[in-house]
Amino acid sequence: MSKKHISLIGVNHKSTPLEVREKVALTSGYEETLNRLRDEEAHEYYVLSTCNRVELIWVSEDTAESTPRMLRFLFGDAVDSAEWDGYSYIYHDRDAVAHLFKVSASLDSLVVGEAQILGQIKEAYRYASQYGCTGPLLNKLLHKSFSVAKRVRSETGIGSAAVSISSAAVELARKIFGNLGDKKVLLIGAGEMAELAAEHLLGQGVEGITVANRTLSRAVALAKRFNGSACSLEELAEQIETVDIIVSSTGSSELILRSDDVRPLMKVRKNRPLFFIDIAVPRDLDPELNEIENVFLYDIDDLSQVVQMNRSEREKEAVKAERIVEEETLKFAQWQDGLTITPTISALRKKADRICISEVSRTLARMNLSDSERQKVEKLAQSITAKMLHDPLQFLKSESCRKGDDSKIDMVRTVFGLENDDPDN
Amino acid sequence: MTQETLIQEINYLLFLAVLTVTLLSCAAYLVFFLSQKKPIRRWARFLLIGSWILQSGYIVTRYMTVGSTPITTYHEAVFFFAWATTSAYLSFRWRYTVRNFGTFVSMLVLGLLIGSSLASRDIIPLEPALQSLWLPVHAGISLIAYGFLGLAFCGGLMYLLQERELKSRKLGYFFSRLPSLEALDQLNSHCLAVGFAFLTLGMVTGIFWSKQAWGTYWRWNPKEVCSLIIWCIYLVQIHQRFTVGWRGRRGAQMIVGGFVVVLITLWLVIT
Repeated sequence: MSKKHISLIGVNHKSTPLEVREKVALTSGYEETLNRLRDEEAHEYYVLSTCNRVELIWVSEDTAESTPRMLRFLFGDAVDSAEWDGYSYIYHDRDAVAHLFKVSASLDSLVVGEAQILGQIKEAYRYASQYGCTGPLLNKLLHKSFSVAKRVRSETGIGSAAVSISSAAVELARKIFGNLGDKKVLLIGAGEMAELAAEHLLGQGVEGITVANRTLSRAVALAKRFNGSACSLEELAEQIETVDIIVSSTGSSELILRSDDVRPLMKVRKNRPLFFIDIAVPRDLDPELNEIENVFLYDIDDLSQVVQMNRSEREKEAVKAERIVEEETLKFAQWQDGLTITPTISALRKKADRICISEVSRTLARMNLSDSERQKVEKLAQSITAKMLHDPLQFLKSESCRKGDDSKIDMVRTVFGLENDDPDN
Repeated sequence: MTQETLIQEINYLLFLAVLTVTLLSCAAYLVFFLSQKKPIRRWARFLLIGSWILQSGYIVTRYMTVGSTPITTYHEAVFFFAWATTSAYLSFRWRYTVRNFGTFVSMLVLGLLIGSSLASRDIIPLEPALQSLWLPVHAGISLIAYGFLGLAFCGGLMYLLQERELKSRKLGYFFSRLPSLEALDQLNSHCLAVGFAFLTLGMVTGIFWSKQAWGTYWRWNPKEVCSLIIWCIYLVQIHQRFTVGWRGRRGAQMIVGGFVVVLITLWLVIT
């Protein structure tokens, strides 16, 4: 049986400009992507797509063969193949594990320490497991990544110092408008990011929130939560006459607002400033908007600039967090190494022997037996454990396990509790 | 030593003191701007208030030496201009606080004081025809108007700096140090409105003075034409700002441009 490798490729906000990420982003949603990945003949696979990154994790026996296929899958025809290497990062085995842990612990985020990423990873995992794409290796890996994230959050100050994209946007809004008390906010698109931004802005005491969405029912539902009003996308122009801050985060692949739509509205607004925040990938708002006087447009990459400012304090905590990630990566590697037959058999035997010896010696200490009687009792205990172990060992040595079905080995390890309590492994 | 020479001596010492204290205040404001440490700002404020007291003292002693309101030579007018700007700022601070505004204003005041120190401090006796109560009223009011317009100029500059950073989306040095655009825009509106009110009042009193001195309300001499141009520039700005909404960047550009015209004509008219 050849060893299985975990590999990861991806593009993120550091490696790839927004224009390229837009093309890679999975606008069709997880379901279709996972279905298409089924044809790629990986043992297990998982896709994560957020506004800052797209990552593919898969398990294969031959990484040299599978990596180019996955790159092709990731970029498709959207990007010239000569540029693939420049835009993407590729990790195998331990590096891939470390990278995933870093991502889930929000160390690789645009805003280091923001909490959204864990939710996004969980959601992506929910899809992957629902469509049966993950197996024992990735199940374990992803669950582990959740607990790493939790550990980093509780043991370091990275989360408390975190300023998310939305609070960066709030900081900018305050530099443009000063007091936000009499300002109105329009959310275009009712996604999670929009919700978060709205919460932040409400925290600053904005006067009112309007939600515009393609499906009006979702807009109404979200508006209700914020005590705001809802409108349809057709009413955008009317709304822009009165609102001050616009947060756009739709999944649309085309621009929703063009600069020619907004320019005439500025006269009606008497040139009161407008602040557009585009947190959608692909972009919703025309980059030309920024050319209009008294209009300020920030997209996700621009917001990272703002965030940079309080990054240094968090860097110290990030070092602590990196150490946790390293530690957990090592643990995971140990677990993965144990996932072959020979170490499992020896771990099983060791555990049985240990229990046998400790129980026998405890009992014998309280009894007054002769040497020969003593030997008989010891023999009895040994033969009981040997008989008990016979079938599981037979199962491990059988053909079905030899073929490399990790899940069976994993099951045995779980049933006998070999994960947590072998001190010398 | 006669009493007169004593006052002249005090007057000169006061002028040196004004320059020194204003320079120190300006330096303290700059250090505060760079370091953003609050105690330094308190020192800068005290120094600026001190400078205002000394400036007032200088004007009073100058009045005692000259015998009429010291507002007619280039040196006197520019010094009064600096005093009016400082007064406007201090009166303004009473009601609003605008982050780091003092840094810019103190630089303008220092610039004006240096400008006045470069001009001759000689006393030029006034033409008898011009001697009237209208002179101090007209010139004083006009220069107070310039003081407020000077504040608006500082606000406009700050607005342009902050706007440029926000527009370029590369937030750097000024972003955290300057106040919000809205606050600056309000400051500009306020200073423009107050400045324009004084400017109009100055025009009206000037017309009466002209009637008294020359027997006619309006003579179309260069000084009058320049004043009229300045008044019209600000009239247009006020009108556009409060009706059409010429605010933000264009408003700030107009304010900065208008003030540059004021400085140029001031120089042309008085010399």
